[in-house]
Amino acid sequence: MAAETLERVKKIIVESLNVDPSEVTMEANIKEDLGADSLDVVDLIMELEDEFDMEISDEEAEKITTVGDVVGYIEKNK
Amino acid sequence: MNRVVITGLGVISPLGNDISTFWNNMIQGKSGVGPITQFDTSDFVVKIAAEVKDFNPLDFINKKETRRMDRFVQFAVAAARMALENAGLDMSKVDAERVGTYIGSGIGGLATLEEQHKVLLNRGPRRVSPFFVPMMIANMASGIVSIQVGAKGPSSAAISACATGTHSVGDAFKILQRGDADVMIAGGTEATILPMAVAGFSAMGALSTRNDEPEKASRPFDRDRNGFVMGEGAGILVMETLEHAQKRGANIIAEVAGYGMTADAYHLTSPAPEGEGAKRCMEQAIKDAGMKAEDFDYINAHGTSTDYNDKFETMAIKGAFKEHAYKLAVSSTKSMTGHLLGAAGGIEAIVAALSIKNQLVPPTINLENPDPDCDLDYVPGEARKMRVRAALSNSLGFGGHNATIALKEYLET
Repeated sequence: MAAETLERVKKIIVESLNVDPSEVTMEANIKEDLGADSLDVVDLIMELEDEFDMEISDEEAEKITTVGDVVGYIEKNK
Repeated sequence: MNRVVITGLGVISPLGNDISTFWNNMIQGKSGVGPITQFDTSDFVVKIAAEVKDFNPLDFINKKETRRMDRFVQFAVAAARMALENAGLDMSKVDAERVGTYIGSGIGGLATLEEQHKVLLNRGPRRVSPFFVPMMIANMASGIVSIQVGAKGPSSAAISACATGTHSVGDAFKILQRGDADVMIAGGTEATILPMAVAGFSAMGALSTRNDEPEKASRPFDRDRNGFVMGEGAGILVMETLEHAQKRGANIIAEVAGYGMTADAYHLTSPAPEGEGAKRCMEQAIKDAGMKAEDFDYINAHGTSTDYNDKFETMAIKGAFKEHAYKLAVSSTKSMTGHLLGAAGGIEAIVAALSIKNQLVPPTINLENPDPDCDLDYVPGEARKMRVRAALSNSLGFGGHNATIALKEYLET
């Protein structure tokens, strides 16, 4: 379910981007709100792929801008 | 041409992670060598190294940035920050476009390369980190220090094996001398106490295998020396034009007087016969300084504790200094720090500067039975209080790169 997925995604983002857990909301923009640069995003996608044992194509990854997009993608494809 | 002075020093080393600990341990003749703790050496012939102890990058760099920096870069950032603090240089009060960085590494991010190569082999190319390249490339110490401190002036990095640190300090000196910057943050950094590097240097027969007596393993100029001991760390100097240093009332540690660099054009790893490349290098540095051989009192030798280096460097010193060679104090502080490869010239420039400032020369430890071919005054065993008007620091690298800097007491005229 989405809440559990959000918790797992949040844990990865907090560790990877060194942000406060309270900042990682569904609406948060990964680059603008959480301070990720383009390399951080690639790294984050790889960590998410590991955590959820799935592949996220480059085209799909480009569509992801918010934490909600990540959770939605995982929910739809897991 | 501008006069150039040293105004700040920073160090991460096997003898301590700040200048006063480093210098005090060195003057007491302490060894920084011990069993390797950073990886399992069961299958390795060489089981000892001079490791940096108790280094916490988070004391200098935030957590996210730390994860994106190889250890060699973390050392450089830490040492650069301490050097700026030691220089009392507030970046917000100087023209950032006139402050540069020149920090080299002999090898670069080998830990990152080893780790990501395993990822490539075990998990495939799609799993290689986007941070692999920017963490590994050897110029990144210079790049990241410029980013961290906001230095927007000249920025580059020397890569000349074990001569890297001295080339960096020397090249930065020339940038300041010709007026392309007011301040340069310069030196070397290295972190290669890793399976690939230890296996590789060991295969060359370059490393000491005195595993049962780690503290006695690095013994430059001694008859029973059997190779160098790998060290790690960073040595960074803040250098500036005399005019800039005076204008801001900086504390001047020593003056950079001259720089020489030559090539052996002889062999991959062996020094040229009679050490002729190193001899010409020292002669160039002395000439560049507008000084005479007799003006020098101390040489911080390359002194690696390998059979060839110590013998040939001794010949080179005798060639360059003639009879004055026997009046010089010549010490190898690698007897205590191990060989920091690309960082060696950085920390040894610091040692030469402190020797002049403190009028105190650190010893060569473990020199118990002098090699008959090594017959200079190597300051065996104990530090020596003595007059030091000027000093050379030598670095000689694989590939036949030779670099020497000449430092002298800062006198107003």
